[in-house]
Amino acid sequence: MAQRIDVKDLNVYYSAFKAVEGVSMSVDPRTVTAFIGPSGCGKSTFLRTLNRMHEVIPGGRVEGSVQLNGRDLYGKDVDPVAVRRTVGMVFQRPNPFPTMSIFDNVAAGMRLNGEKNKKVLQERVEKSLRGANLWNEVKDRLAKPGAGLSGGQQQRLCIARAIAVQPQVLLMDEPCSALDPISTMAIEDLINELKTEFTIVIVTHNMQQAARVSDRTAFFNLAATGKPGKLIEINDTDKIFSNPAEKATEDYISGRFG
Amino acid sequence: MSTITGHSELDAEPSGDKASTGRRGDRIFGGLATGSGIFVVVLVIAVGGFLLSQAVPALLKNDANFLFDRVWEVNDSGMRFGIPDLLYVTVVSSLMAMIIAVPIAVLVALFLTQYAPKRLASPAAYLVDLLAAVPSIVYGIWGFYVFRPYTTGFQDWLAEHFGWTVLLEGPVSLGTVFLASIVLAIMILPIITAISREVFAQTPSTHKEGALALGATRWEMIRTAVIPFGTPGVISASMLGLGRALGETVAVMIIVGTNPGIFRFSLFAGGETFASKIANNSAEFGSSSKVGAFIAAGLMLFILTFLVNAAARVIIERRKAFSE
Repeated sequence: MAQRIDVKDLNVYYSAFKAVEGVSMSVDPRTVTAFIGPSGCGKSTFLRTLNRMHEVIPGGRVEGSVQLNGRDLYGKDVDPVAVRRTVGMVFQRPNPFPTMSIFDNVAAGMRLNGEKNKKVLQERVEKSLRGANLWNEVKDRLAKPGAGLSGGQQQRLCIARAIAVQPQVLLMDEPCSALDPISTMAIEDLINELKTEFTIVIVTHNMQQAARVSDRTAFFNLAATGKPGKLIEINDTDKIFSNPAEKATEDYISGRFG
Repeated sequence: MSTITGHSELDAEPSGDKASTGRRGDRIFGGLATGSGIFVVVLVIAVGGFLLSQAVPALLKNDANFLFDRVWEVNDSGMRFGIPDLLYVTVVSSLMAMIIAVPIAVLVALFLTQYAPKRLASPAAYLVDLLAAVPSIVYGIWGFYVFRPYTTGFQDWLAEHFGWTVLLEGPVSLGTVFLASIVLAIMILPIITAISREVFAQTPSTHKEGALALGATRWEMIRTAVIPFGTPGVISASMLGLGRALGETVAVMIIVGTNPGIFRFSLFAGGETFASKIANNSAEFGSSSKVGAFIAAGLMLFILTFLVNAAARVIIERRKAFSE
């Protein structure tokens, strides 16, 4: 189910502005890769290119290639909608659909895929909510609005919604930045469990979090405001945090800038 | 705000709302806002009171059942008047107008906010708003003299093939409720479109991205994120439009009211609404008791519009838990 990602010489543009330049990296299946770096360094933008969500922003386009298990995500006959069903995404702010119940939120993606069988939906919703460590908290109020949950519960609901469509890769864009420490811990525990099934890529501003949850860490940086962001270094997480190859990485993780 | 050492007005404020300081600007603005609020409430009560005070004496003199008798004979010698026909034509023409206008307005609003390129969207929105600037008498004249000839063939065809339903029974009169409904629909289109457009445009991008990230196509994104978010707004927009359609006078009068003929339930008959009836007979407002009969009809329109708005409130409230 989990798949590997290979990125080669990727440039990302918003209209004429080059946001990210020359990124190449590989992500192994069933691992957690963390992207760190200062604000504006293009890590979120790059993350979005992994499921073509950057195309939602007017003028967003890429050069280079992104392959999922050897298949080019940007091939001529590839439908971005199909890509997003394979590569799920969780956002910075929890964004459950406000008009839907908890159950319908989790079922939303499956229904988009055309799943109508009530029994299948019920089973998958329960499995996804269990997978997101939320089942015990919400099983008695599945028909209540998702917006009534706490921020941390909402974020786990969004994770349940994302994994319910059984993606192969899960992208997380600063999933804990709007959450308190306890909810953050719950999500981090969840990431550890999810990586047995999914390939996970997470953007985070919290370096302790990167150190805690990830197997590999990629450091992005930009030369100056208005210049494109670049991948400086990617390596095993403990190497990055103990003995980085690049000076810029060491400066960043030791808090000398950024 | 108090400084570390100093003393401020805020500290001196004895009790109550700590946000207002009792300074002059605050007092004036607060007074103006409160006064305006009270003024509106008083105004509504005064209008209702006026309608009641004029209607009640006429209703007491009424020899017919006001709600159920289908007569309208108002003379100095005696008064027999009832509203079922007026109520029927008013409600049916307005509902028909809604059925036509709301889907079109929602589609136009979705086009303007979700599909149209930016430089096309604002001029197009402006054009729709311009529809609201056309005076209703122009709509009436246009509807009757210009538009009617184009609809007669279609109306005849409907009457011929679907005449077995009471609603579409022939013969087709000159000015019909059907035609009035279409013109009313055009008249309420801009307000419904404008408000729907505004709420659809406010759909948080996080909701839209949430749907897209699940692999929704644009239409599916609109269905899962934009439409549910906008529904309460579309409902209130529709109710505003319905309120306008119920009370529309001149255009309806020109199209159906000049020669109402014998009442039929068919959309292809003429007829009179509350408002067009009152306007049509304004020449007869000689004695106060006669006026009273028409004001009683006006009171019914007031109540009807009030009920529509109240129903809209209830619908929106009920959805509130799901629209935070």
